Amino acid sequence: MADASESDEPEILFGIYCPPHPQPLLAPELNDGYAKLRAAFDECRKRIEESDADLILIYSTTWPSIVGHQIQALENPVWTHVDDDFHYLGSMPYDFRMDVDFANGYAAAAVKRGLHSRTVAYDGFPIDTGSVVALQLLNPDNRIPACIVSSNMYANRAETIVLGKAARDTLVAQGKKAVVVVVASLSNRMFTEHIDEADDRIHSQKDDDWNRKILEFFGDGRLEDISQLSRDIHGQMRVNKVVAYKPAWWMAATMGQHNNYSGEVLAYEALHGAGGAVITLTPTAGSFGDKEFDEDDVEYYRGDRDVLDKGML
Amino acid sequence: MAKGEIVAGCLAPHPPHLVYADNPEQNEAYSEGGWETLRWGYQRLARKLKDIEYDVIVIFTPHWQTYIGTHFLGLPRFKSKSVDPIFPNLFRYNYDLTVDVELAESMRDVASDSGLITKMMTNPDFRVDYGTITSCHLLNPSWDKPIVTISSCRNTHYYSPEVMVEQASALGHACAKAIEESGKRVVLVASHSLSHRHFVTEAPLPEDMSLEHIYNHSQYVWDMKIVEMMREGKSREVIDIMPEFTEQTMAETEGGGLIWMMAAMGFPEYSAEIYGYQSVIGTGNVIACWDPNDETREYVL
Repeated sequence: MADASESDEPEILFGIYCPPHPQPLLAPELNDGYAKLRAAFDECRKRIEESDADLILIYSTTWPSIVGHQIQALENPVWTHVDDDFHYLGSMPYDFRMDVDFANGYAAAAVKRGLHSRTVAYDGFPIDTGSVVALQLLNPDNRIPACIVSSNMYANRAETIVLGKAARDTLVAQGKKAVVVVVASLSNRMFTEHIDEADDRIHSQKDDDWNRKILEFFGDGRLEDISQLSRDIHGQMRVNKVVAYKPAWWMAATMGQHNNYSGEVLAYEALHGAGGAVITLTPTAGSFGDKEFDEDDVEYYRGDRDVLDKGML
Repeated sequence: MAKGEIVAGCLAPHPPHLVYADNPEQNEAYSEGGWETLRWGYQRLARKLKDIEYDVIVIFTPHWQTYIGTHFLGLPRFKSKSVDPIFPNLFRYNYDLTVDVELAESMRDVASDSGLITKMMTNPDFRVDYGTITSCHLLNPSWDKPIVTISSCRNTHYYSPEVMVEQASALGHACAKAIEESGKRVVLVASHSLSHRHFVTEAPLPEDMSLEHIYNHSQYVWDMKIVEMMREGKSREVIDIMPEFTEQTMAETEGGGLIWMMAAMGFPEYSAEIYGYQSVIGTGNVIACWDPNDETREYVL
């Protein structure tokens, strides 16, 4: 591991945005789309295995919290999870390995930045469907320890951004190389009736259009632009179950608030009507200068545009 | 066979703090007490239920959240540990409960026949939600009656509070019909708070009552309005203003439990028995009971 004093930039190998629904884990055979999502998860698993990661850091939108920001800190959580809606698809036994030092450090870093945060380390704690699906598919052999952080249902932009920055602080302080995983749908409106899985499709044309536009941004590596669009995304393509669409805020704040990423959409498919995509974002030095956030905030014209320091790696 | 009937309907909030404060042997956490106004109210209501002859508790819970219709517990026994995902420091409860599957299936069938989307939950690994556990423990600590748990279909968020009123009312009518056909005597339970804005921090000692109060006065005023209407027997009017109440106070009525129960009971015009009102981590909680029997109905508080 690197000495924490060597750099104030965390070493984030790449990021993954993936859906929380259990179909790719439990029933990939029911729909070609589920199988494609499963194959995309498998590709991510392979890339993680081939990476030099010390940690898989997960922000899950299906783990809501109220009392601040909760971080899983039980070293070896073991349980059999069943989803509230999709219980008929089967059970999800798990046996995970958590990075307790990172969890404790992350909670402390969040408190240092003004947040209310605490670790949870209780036998039988209900790890959420999204985290279970992600860890089972991305890290099935527990080769790399993980950390899971909740999504506070009342938190808005500032709080979520700071939560991401606290993750960066901890990665730097502990000198760990991380793969960052956000578990979230794109559009999250599911069909409200039972369907034949073979006939699954995105709930509406509008949701599909918005998903594809956001996927263009992801494909171009425009993470900060997506973060800046979070409120539009929340208003246009999300069922308003919580106050805001937060995963892009956290992902950008954790990975770096810029657009210098190489994006790859490995799969985009319907999950009972919701938009599920498996996407990777890899930090790169070669793509700045041609995206909205990278442009100067011009006060006095000095010739051709320059890029913001903040947007450069 | 005699017609089945609803012998009581209880509005039974489920803050896990109340079980934590009671220190039952099933819960791993230990407390020094707290929230006595609610706990003593629950104890009095539990005593009343002991004097009522009934066969089964049917509970509607907002902590089994389903987006694809309404689901019913569909296996005869569930035994496991319920750990509250929000307050795991307070609630880690080992439960062992029985389910009246026959009644659950009947309710599901009638609801389905009336056009509602339904599903039986038959996965033996399923963990029963903490709303069910908390309300049932406080109403019947001996767990000597079978239960039926009904999930909360998330109509409020997916559509609107008005759609929730329509859907939960239809479910209530369906459940009442199934109960009548079953010949069983049933206690209904709507498991939820009224106003539902939480504090996002917790005291070092959660049961430190010097720090407990309602989140803001607006929540309190709304809660008191609802309680007043309950006392006056205006259950129909309570449901009529439910969409606005839910939106104004982030009320847990959004889950549909009280609407379901009032519809199943035919929107009672008699007074609700009030057993206590208190805040828990800022939320507003009332324990109330609708007793359709004129001879046993009381003025409690």
